[in-house]
Amino acid sequence: MTKPTRLTHLSMAEALEGLKAKDFTAVELTRAHIDAIADLRGLNAFITETPDLALEQAAASDARYAKGEAGPLDGLPLGIKDLFCTRGVLTTAASHILDGFVPPYESTVTSNLFRDGAVMLGKLNLDEFAMGSANITSYYGPVVSPWSPGRKIQRDAGTTAAGSELLEGLRQPRPVTEWEWDRRLVPGGSSGGSAASVAARMVMGATGTDTGGSIRQPASFVGIVGIKPTYGRCSRWGIVAFASSLDQAGPMTRTVKDAAIMLRSMAGFDPKDSTSVDLPVPDYTKALTGDIRGLRVGIPKEYRVDGMPAEIERLWQQGMDWLKAAGAVPVEISLPHTKYALPAYYIVAPAEASSNLARYDGVRFGLRVEGKDLKEMYENTRGEGFGAEVRRRILIGTYVLSAGYYDAYYLKAQKVRARIAQDFTSAWDKCDVILTPTAPSTAFAIGDKQDDPIAMYLNDVFTVPANLAGLPGISVPAGLGSDGLPLGLQLLGKPFDEETLFRVAGVIEQAAGPQPLPPVHS
Amino acid sequence: MSLDKATVAKVAHLARIRVPEGELDHLAGQLNGLLGWVEQLREVDTDGVEPMTSVVAQTLRRRADAVADGGYPDRVVANAPDGAEHFFAVPKVVE
Amino acid sequence: MAYRIQGETGEWEVVVGLEVHAQVISNAKLFSGAATAFGAAPNSQVSYVDAAFPGMLPVINEFCVEQAVKTGLGLKARINLRSIFDRKNYFYADLPAGYQISQYKDPIVGEGTIVLDLSDGGTREVGIERLHLEMDAGKSLHDQHPSKTYVDLNRAGVALMEIVSKPDLRSPEEAAAYLRKLRTILRYLGTCDGNMEEGSMRCDVNVSVRKVGGRLGTRTETKNVNSIRYVQQAIEYEADRQVKLIEEGGQVVQETRLWDPNKGITRSMRSKEEAHDYRYFPDPDLLPLVLEQSWVDRVKQTLPELPDDKKARFMADYGLSAYDAGVLVAERARADFYEAVAKGRDAKMAANYVIGDLLGALNKTGKDIGESPISAADLGGLIDLVTDGTISGRIAKDVFAEMLETGEKPSVIVEKKGLRQVTDTGAIDKAIDDVMAANADKVAEYRSGKDKLFGFFVGQVMRATQGKANPALVNDILARKLKG
Repeated sequence: MTKPTRLTHLSMAEALEGLKAKDFTAVELTRAHIDAIADLRGLNAFITETPDLALEQAAASDARYAKGEAGPLDGLPLGIKDLFCTRGVLTTAASHILDGFVPPYESTVTSNLFRDGAVMLGKLNLDEFAMGSANITSYYGPVVSPWSPGRKIQRDAGTTAAGSELLEGLRQPRPVTEWEWDRRLVPGGSSGGSAASVAARMVMGATGTDTGGSIRQPASFVGIVGIKPTYGRCSRWGIVAFASSLDQAGPMTRTVKDAAIMLRSMAGFDPKDSTSVDLPVPDYTKALTGDIRGLRVGIPKEYRVDGMPAEIERLWQQGMDWLKAAGAVPVEISLPHTKYALPAYYIVAPAEASSNLARYDGVRFGLRVEGKDLKEMYENTRGEGFGAEVRRRILIGTYVLSAGYYDAYYLKAQKVRARIAQDFTSAWDKCDVILTPTAPSTAFAIGDKQDDPIAMYLNDVFTVPANLAGLPGISVPAGLGSDGLPLGLQLLGKPFDEETLFRVAGVIEQAAGPQPLPPVHS
Repeated sequence: MSLDKATVAKVAHLARIRVPEGELDHLAGQLNGLLGWVEQLREVDTDGVEPMTSVVAQTLRRRADAVADGGYPDRVVANAPDGAEHFFAVPKVVE
Repeated sequence: MAYRIQGETGEWEVVVGLEVHAQVISNAKLFSGAATAFGAAPNSQVSYVDAAFPGMLPVINEFCVEQAVKTGLGLKARINLRSIFDRKNYFYADLPAGYQISQYKDPIVGEGTIVLDLSDGGTREVGIERLHLEMDAGKSLHDQHPSKTYVDLNRAGVALMEIVSKPDLRSPEEAAAYLRKLRTILRYLGTCDGNMEEGSMRCDVNVSVRKVGGRLGTRTETKNVNSIRYVQQAIEYEADRQVKLIEEGGQVVQETRLWDPNKGITRSMRSKEEAHDYRYFPDPDLLPLVLEQSWVDRVKQTLPELPDDKKARFMADYGLSAYDAGVLVAERARADFYEAVAKGRDAKMAANYVIGDLLGALNKTGKDIGESPISAADLGGLIDLVTDGTISGRIAKDVFAEMLETGEKPSVIVEKKGLRQVTDTGAIDKAIDDVMAANADKVAEYRSGKDKLFGFFVGQVMRATQGKANPALVNDILARKLKG
């Protein structure tokens, strides 16, 4: 293997060692990733690539290394989910309605990453406004999982121009490598671009956001680590809002240690977010002791849902066995309101979204489609600007909040939500951490489940409860299913006890052993 | 509860989203499917349960009354599709 | 005297409730750090939060909370230690987020009362339903471009207190008295400047009519009536319109109407015709606002003496009439001015000078007490000159006029113009002797019993002394000399 290829396969922790030891420079590391991105453009993982900015940041990073002033993430090339506002860089939320929007401000989370020396390779594709579980609702097209079977076709750069759309041509350099897929698999969603780019070694790590599972489910689908921290741990300031009481940012990386490193930089109190919690951020890597002796691991019986594939059941058992072998104590627990989490979520999230997305009206930024009067301009802009899934959720959300229905739907859902949160509070008397599968299946093909919203929503059945209760959850790769696709295990923790999640996740990672590379690299 | 075409049109109007007439039926079907599915929440006994109003166990933090923002009209209107002299512009509104 | 509308079918009464939007005095906005000053260049006092840019979040201004609590305490209202901010969803060009952050079910302030001072000197209590905090919208300018409306968000996000009265008001005059009193209280508290012309206090008027003592009728809401006079006119117009409508067999529609000050009428608002469905729900970007009782108690200790208490004290301590006390406490600066003048002096005399002379004169030139060319100390000085006999009450009127004109101190004017009262009996003796000598015939008439001529002699003596002679001395000496 050539040096640049090897560089992209390093973990963040390893890369930091190499940079400190001057084995390679941040510019070299960044260039390797820029090449990888060009090579894998067929995944459609990026909406906007920022190679010039990245190289500039990398050069600055090298200067800091030279002066011995490097930060905790210095020189690490990352991808940013295009839901984070980035100053001077197009931010789309994968929606037509944010056409041309260039934020004049930087989100708190990305500011924190840059403060610690991170390099930004570009803005990653996602489901429109983070609404989706397969990354198929993006205005910029679906993201293809690097686990999709296919092959590379080398073509001359000049010959592809004729077929490419103007927009495609404008937003990123012309592809030089094309891919031919036998079957295009979804990377999961909504952080599909983040998942795909991390798994495909295009970036060392990526930011994600998780409203109902949008970090953990795609992490499971592509075989990487993804953690949704406790609500209030990462600032939401500058992240395009989907559902304010559920949204939380987190890192997506290839190792547990990398997630620990990256979360430490992302997290922290932010006075600009009223829901941000003023607690010190620990060095999460210190939690990776491997020692879980005596730890009580809750196994919620209600997560054995009807029709769960046997291999998911087997994987879950495997996880229990690994933890038991490491000295943990499995405890059966009950979370009686689990089955109501999804329906409650699909009232609360659309309700909040219907209000959060009212600001996209063609007046101050983004798309405007003119009309004969103000009302028509609004309707045209929003009718054209939002895709089908977003429209559907706004309408449901509008309906459940409207006069006469508020009590029956929204208020009821918030009460059920309180019940679900109470289930967890009771569970913590019996256990210290909860183990579940992350998703009820491995990745499916693009196009599947597309016309059945509820079937699509069921992807989030295991992840949604943590969002409703505001709890931290992590997905760790635990091997491959019978179809040869990755599967993850999920750990749920007490509020602000991310350290326990990292510690237990580290044990699973160790036990599961090295994970295979996705087919695009085989 | 079942949504008919007219209700969907009304909700779409409330949300200021143009939905072509031809899509209303299909949309009504999907929305009804969802509403039927969430009906199961009625099974949950929520008597005496306070609805969740905050996910984090804290109360509202307050900031000091200091002018610390604003003063950049250029940047405020820089992304606007239409405007003049630092105003935003929309189709004329008649009250 | 009850306000009645004479209809074809009998007497009707009007039922009025007012919703006042009072802009909170604060440096920064309710949920952002942008400035609140009036009249700045377009969108120059706008943060990304105010313009509802993606990912922007509200953080509450604690001083605005304090101002609301202060106002609640000033209205003798219940302070809710836990209140919730809700989103009120609707689309409008000057509402950037598509929702207004307001308080719906759990406002910061509950029921209170306000005491109206009626023109006959009497009082009447009116209930306050609630007070809640919310953010103001921006401004739409419809006259800048032929086919476009321009939007300025400087006002968007400024804190408002919505103060809702109970439907306790029964006449246009009572509504006016309510607004005047509310404004006085807000100004005393320093929580709102009460400037209706600049829109820092705006009023929505809810009006319904009923047969005297009958069942409540359907009400209309007339928006943004921006002066007390217009509020009165709008109520009169709406009440008459509703009575006519009902008597002609029609029905009052519950709707939002707009006051047209040029025509003096209310009309249905075209742009807000459709029924509103605000889809209120708790704002998930904010947490419940929880106040400590001890904090509320501390705020209470900072409250100034309020107009009702001050009025009672003025009546008790200074022996003023309810009317005079009411006039003086109507503005805090006026009351303070009066107290500075009255301190250590004859309180009633001070009241006469402040109300009769100073306020009368200021009123003519349209100034308020803050712009008075005469300071409280100088007006007090003038009273002192009268009291110690340096000048007479009559001369004092001239000195006052001079002070108003030039702003000079009374003592300076008295010295400069030689207005000091003559108390030298020798000089007065001489003046009297001269007058008697020149009017020997009148002296004879007086002595033969024509008592009325006494006034004539006083006048002559005062004229001879250019009004400076001490009137009491003149009287004494003249009476003695005329007796012979």
